[in-house]
Amino acid sequence: MTDVLSTPVSLAAPGGARSAAARPARRRAALQWVAVHSVAVVAALFFLLPFVFVFLTSVMTDRQALTSDFWPQHWEWGNYAKAWETPGFLTWWRNTLVYAGAGTVLTVVSSVPVAYALARFRFRGRNLALMAVISMMMLPPQVTVIPMYLFWAKQLHLTGTLWPLIIPMAFGDAFTIFLLRQFLLTIPKEYVEAARIDGCGEVRTLLRVILPMAKPAVAAVALFQFFYCWNDYFGPQIYSSENPGAWTLSYGLESFKSAHHTNWNLTMAATLLVMAPVIVLFFFAQKAFIEGVTLTGVKG
Amino acid sequence: MALASGFRRTSTALPVPPALRRKRRRERARTLGFLSPWLIGFGVFFVYPLLSTVYFSFMKYDGFRAPVFTGLRNWTYVFSDYPFFWEGLRNTLWLVVVMVTLRVVFGLGIGLLVTKIKSGLGFFRTAFYLPYLAPPVAATIAFAFLLNPGTGPVDHYLGKLGLPQPGWFNDPSWSKPALTMLAVWGIGDLMVIFMAALLDVPTEQYEAAELDGAGPWQRFRYVTFPNISPIVMFAVVTGVIQTMQYYTQAIVAGQVASGIIGGSGEQFEPGYPNGSTWTLPQMVYNLGFQRFDTGSACVVALILFTISMAFTSLLLRRRSGFLTED
Repeated sequence: MTDVLSTPVSLAAPGGARSAAARPARRRAALQWVAVHSVAVVAALFFLLPFVFVFLTSVMTDRQALTSDFWPQHWEWGNYAKAWETPGFLTWWRNTLVYAGAGTVLTVVSSVPVAYALARFRFRGRNLALMAVISMMMLPPQVTVIPMYLFWAKQLHLTGTLWPLIIPMAFGDAFTIFLLRQFLLTIPKEYVEAARIDGCGEVRTLLRVILPMAKPAVAAVALFQFFYCWNDYFGPQIYSSENPGAWTLSYGLESFKSAHHTNWNLTMAATLLVMAPVIVLFFFAQKAFIEGVTLTGVKG
Repeated sequence: MALASGFRRTSTALPVPPALRRKRRRERARTLGFLSPWLIGFGVFFVYPLLSTVYFSFMKYDGFRAPVFTGLRNWTYVFSDYPFFWEGLRNTLWLVVVMVTLRVVFGLGIGLLVTKIKSGLGFFRTAFYLPYLAPPVAATIAFAFLLNPGTGPVDHYLGKLGLPQPGWFNDPSWSKPALTMLAVWGIGDLMVIFMAALLDVPTEQYEAAELDGAGPWQRFRYVTFPNISPIVMFAVVTGVIQTMQYYTQAIVAGQVASGIIGGSGEQFEPGYPNGSTWTLPQMVYNLGFQRFDTGSACVVALILFTISMAFTSLLLRRRSGFLTED
C-alpha cells in the first residue's frame, strides 16, 4: 500500500533550465500553476464554507440567527453551554459512546479471525463464503429490518435499549471482514510459514505475527466502524427510539430542533458538537483513515 | 481461482492414510472455528431474516394478530394499487442516476485536481475530505439551514447576485437537486480512491503519449481513463448500491424543512415536499412501522434486495477485479 498522503507529485522541475527554448515551457507551467490553484481555492470554498456559516451562526444571538447576516454582532459562546444543557443531550452522548465504543471493539474482535481465514486458509467453499460476505456488505439494512425488529421486539423484548444495535456486532461485520481480508492478502505468506516452522499454531500466528503487521488496517476498520455507529440513524430509529433514554446523538439531534423551535443558533451549536468528535478523531488518525479508504478501492 | 487449488479430493485409487485424515479433520475444525462468529451472524442476520421477509411478503400481518396467508395479494397491491410505489421507485432511480453520476464526475475531477496541486496540498486535501466525515444527520441539518429560504445564506447571496432563489428542500422540483448537492459535498471518499488510482498510472505512458503529440484531453482519454476504469466501475457500482439505500438524509431533510420533527410518534408528510424525496427504503419504514402493513413492506424490501443484488453481481463478475488475490 503506497502512502497516498505523502506521495510527492512533482512533474515539472521548477527553475533549472535557462535556455531560451525552456522559457515558453516555464510560462506554461506557471499558467498551469495559477489555473490549478484557482480551481482548488474555489473548490475549497465549496467544501469549507458550509462549516464556516454553521459555526458563525452558532455563536449569534437568537434574533440575529434568524437573519441572513454573515458575521455575528455579539459572540454568544453561551449557546454551546445551552445546547449542551438541552434535556437528554448528555444521555444521547453517553448512549452514542457506548454504542460506538462497544460496537467497534466487538466488530474488530469478531471480524479479525474471519478475515484471516478467508485470506489464508484453503478450504472448500471459500469463494462462496467470500461472495456471501460481499452480498451481506451490499445488503440494504431495510431489506431485513422487519423480521429483525420482530425478532428483537417479540422474542427477546430488547427494543428500547441499545442491545439490538450492539449484539449483532459480536458476529462480524461484512465490510470490516472484507477490508481486513484485502489487507491480509498483501502480507507475504513467508511470514506465516516462518511462524509455523517456529512451532506457532494458527491462533498464535495470527495474534503474534499477523496482527502486529496489520495494525494500520485494524486501526482503519476500527475507525470506520466507530464512525458508522456514531453516524447510524436507521438502527437507533428502529430499535431504540421508543425509549428516549436509549436515543443516540444522530437520532436525538433531529428532535433537537423541535425543543428549540426556530433557534438556528442553538441547533447549529448542537450540530457542531455532534460533528466535532468525528473531526477531531480524524485529525489524530488521518493516515490510518486515508489508507483505509484506499483499501476500499481495488488496485487497478 | 481458489477452488481449484484448494482441497484436492483424493477419491482416486489410494486410500487416505489415517494421519492425513486426522490432519484434515483438524484443519476443517480450525477453519470452522475461525469463521464461526460470521457463520452465526450470516445465519441470524442475513439468511433467517431474508427467508422471513419472503414468508411475510405472502402474509397479511399487522404485528399483533396472527399472520394470515394471502397469496400474491401484497405483491399486486404494491405494484398496482399502492399509490406511492412508482413515485418512490422513480425518485430512487432519479437519485441513483443523478447522484452517482455527479459524485463520480466530481470525485474524479477533485482527485485529478489534487494530483496537480503543488502548493498547500495538505490544506486542500483536508478541506476536500472533511465534509465526507460530517455525520449525515448533522450535515443534513446544516444544509437545511444553509438552504433555508428566507434566512439561509445561500438564497441571500443568490439574491444579491440577481439569481433566482429556489425553495430547495421546500420546493418539490428543487429538493432532489438539494440532496444531490449535499451528496456531492461529501465526495471525500471517492477523491481518495481516485487519487490513489491516478498516482498508480505509470508515468512512462504519459511521456510516450506526449512524444506522440497528445494534448491534455487525449492524454486523459487514452492514458488516464483506461488505467483507472476499473476504479471508476467500482465507484459507480458501489455508488448505485449505496444510493439504493438512501434514507437518512432524505428523511431528515424532509422533517427539518417541513418544520415537523419526528422522534416521538409525530408523523410528518413522507417525502416532503409533495412526495419528491420519497424513496424505496422510506417506503419499507413507512409501510412496516407506521402503517403496520408488514406484508407490503416486505414486498418493497424484496424489490430493493433484488435491485441491489443485481448490481452486486456486477461487482462479483471475475473480470471486475474485485475478488483478485495475491
